[in-house]
Amino acid sequence: MREILYRHALREAFDEELTRDENVVLMGEEVAQYNGAYKVTEGLWEKWGCKRIVDTPISEAGFIGMGIGASMLGVRPVMELMFWSFHSVAFDQLVNNAACVRYMSGGLCNVPIVMRGPANGGTGVGATHSHVPEGLFASFPGLKVCSPATPADAKGLMKSAIRDNDPVYVMENTLLYGTSGEVPDPADGDHLVPLGKADIKREGSDVSLIAHGRSVLRALEAAETLQSEHGINAEVLDLRSIRPLDQQAIIDTVMKTNRAVLVDESKPFCGVSSQITTLIQEHAFDHLDAPVKRVCTLDAPAIYSPSIEDEQLPNPRRIVEQVLTIA
Amino acid sequence: MDSPASPLDFSQSKINQNLTAEQKIDLFRDMARIRRFEQTSLKFYNGGKMGGFLHLYIGQESVAVGTISLCGDNDHVITAYRCHGHALAVGMEMNPCMAELYGKATGAAKGKGGSMHLFDPSRNFWGGHGIVAGQTPLGLGLAYGVKYKEQKGCCLCYLGDGAVNQGAFHESLNLAALFELPVVYIIENNGYSMGTSQQRSSAYKDCLAQRAEAYDMDWDLVNGEDVYEVRAKTHIAMERARKESKPTVLEIATYRYYGHSVADANAKKYRTPEEIEKYKTYHDPLRLWRRRLIEEAVFTDVDADNIDKEAKQEAVAAAKFADESPAPTVESIFEDVYWETDNNTEASQVGRHFFND
Repeated sequence: MREILYRHALREAFDEELTRDENVVLMGEEVAQYNGAYKVTEGLWEKWGCKRIVDTPISEAGFIGMGIGASMLGVRPVMELMFWSFHSVAFDQLVNNAACVRYMSGGLCNVPIVMRGPANGGTGVGATHSHVPEGLFASFPGLKVCSPATPADAKGLMKSAIRDNDPVYVMENTLLYGTSGEVPDPADGDHLVPLGKADIKREGSDVSLIAHGRSVLRALEAAETLQSEHGINAEVLDLRSIRPLDQQAIIDTVMKTNRAVLVDESKPFCGVSSQITTLIQEHAFDHLDAPVKRVCTLDAPAIYSPSIEDEQLPNPRRIVEQVLTIA
Repeated sequence: MDSPASPLDFSQSKINQNLTAEQKIDLFRDMARIRRFEQTSLKFYNGGKMGGFLHLYIGQESVAVGTISLCGDNDHVITAYRCHGHALAVGMEMNPCMAELYGKATGAAKGKGGSMHLFDPSRNFWGGHGIVAGQTPLGLGLAYGVKYKEQKGCCLCYLGDGAVNQGAFHESLNLAALFELPVVYIIENNGYSMGTSQQRSSAYKDCLAQRAEAYDMDWDLVNGEDVYEVRAKTHIAMERARKESKPTVLEIATYRYYGHSVADANAKKYRTPEEIEKYKTYHDPLRLWRRRLIEEAVFTDVDADNIDKEAKQEAVAAAKFADESPAPTVESIFEDVYWETDNNTEASQVGRHFFND
């Protein structure tokens, strides 16, 4: 199968959906003429023009809200936040209008919109640009959240998100944009990955590493070390989607290995892994041979220093150490 | 707030000259219906029938009725939490509106939105929004949608004078002008952002709408007590939007007789009883419009009384309907959260959407 970059997989998803549905519009800061701050939308403005690919001023509350209003009328905006960290200046629009309008109108209004952009630490940009808000937004009923780790999942989830009739917040990762992976050829049909379906990225029998986003790749690295140095065969479950959540896949892997280590770039307090932990103890308590353990981002604002930044994140060394406490 | 009487007679504006007697009476009826609806809702709010807030529109009726009377099929309306007047003006019936205030299953939003969140997209009415100025980017988006679909229409986006200092509004003005969107921002200036007067809350030179100049937008001041003037000046702005795809800020001077909400503990402290009485006596839009139509021999005092009586009866009947309606079920809490789960689609079958256990 062909291999393409994560950013190109996303671009292919946009291009295909722009072709499929004339109401799809890409909007955000520098997405058009600049070709995207991270070159995710490169070439699309040249191909599709100003009506479909729209540069906005640095005005997140304004243009995110504008996209929400337009979606109520049937436009299907795909809004880029240059960093998901900038959610805070558009928070009212993201959680009051996008998440609640359908509910408050008794189902009369509908918000078929995608909000997307990178949400990760590890790039030496300090605390304000390193937020990882998937757990935050998944805590608002009405919203859907996903976080693809591979190019194939990035494309498949993005296409599903654009076709979904509810607001879907897609959390990408600047450190993944340049990674490559196998993605099915468009000639072989539409490549869709449904929201709410996890994926086992590595089969194993001794412990389950449950992760999403870039943490999946770190967990896979850790799994290789665990195998080669400690003889521990770890299974890696990629959640892919946070809400809806593939609870069954989580229960199944725990029932298989009887041990779980959650790898989550969120902070530990009420992060995604907190929710997964409570689901495991409620639904698979009798199958556990050890406490559920977590490897999260260390509980402080993101440090700048490139020397130790990676130590704050869930890295393979920290994952291995945590696994060794229970396996 | 107080505004000098205009030397112009807006009844002679073309948009008003074309009004038939029946249409003029309809404008009176629409305003009377809003007032009676509000008075009735106040009575039962005080009687403990409703929860939450009740932001009454009494005194401002001419603004919603005058402006919305200009709307056509491709024109859209969105407003803030003081939304009952706009809801009735777009043609929503009293029963679902009152039932929504009561939090009943028969409410416009099935009891999920309440007083601040009335919606009727079938009549191009997009709410009813609770966060001050939070609706102003949404109004922009509705205008964006109209333009994107290449329709000849516009969005009327209402806000209070207290909303003009929110960042979202300024961002919206910039985007409206920058993208040339067909939106008309209507500041309903009732003089008070809750308990804080305009003078104590806003920095401005001559008026609030003048801020539009910073964004190279057209703006105008409107005396809200005169339905003819409201219609004439709003029509100009709407035509600018429809024909030139250009936004406008209108500031319509008006007044609310009650507190910010009924729960406003200081409603009678931050302004004098004399001020309120002056408006009721000399500037009441219903009273003025009624007098005008009698002068024009469009109807008689008796006709007006009958219309008012009918409006009152309709409101009382709506309260009865609401009172007798069933409450929503606990199961319904999970409806209207996601389109996909409500419609039981394939996508909704994958993964868990709700996390109650």
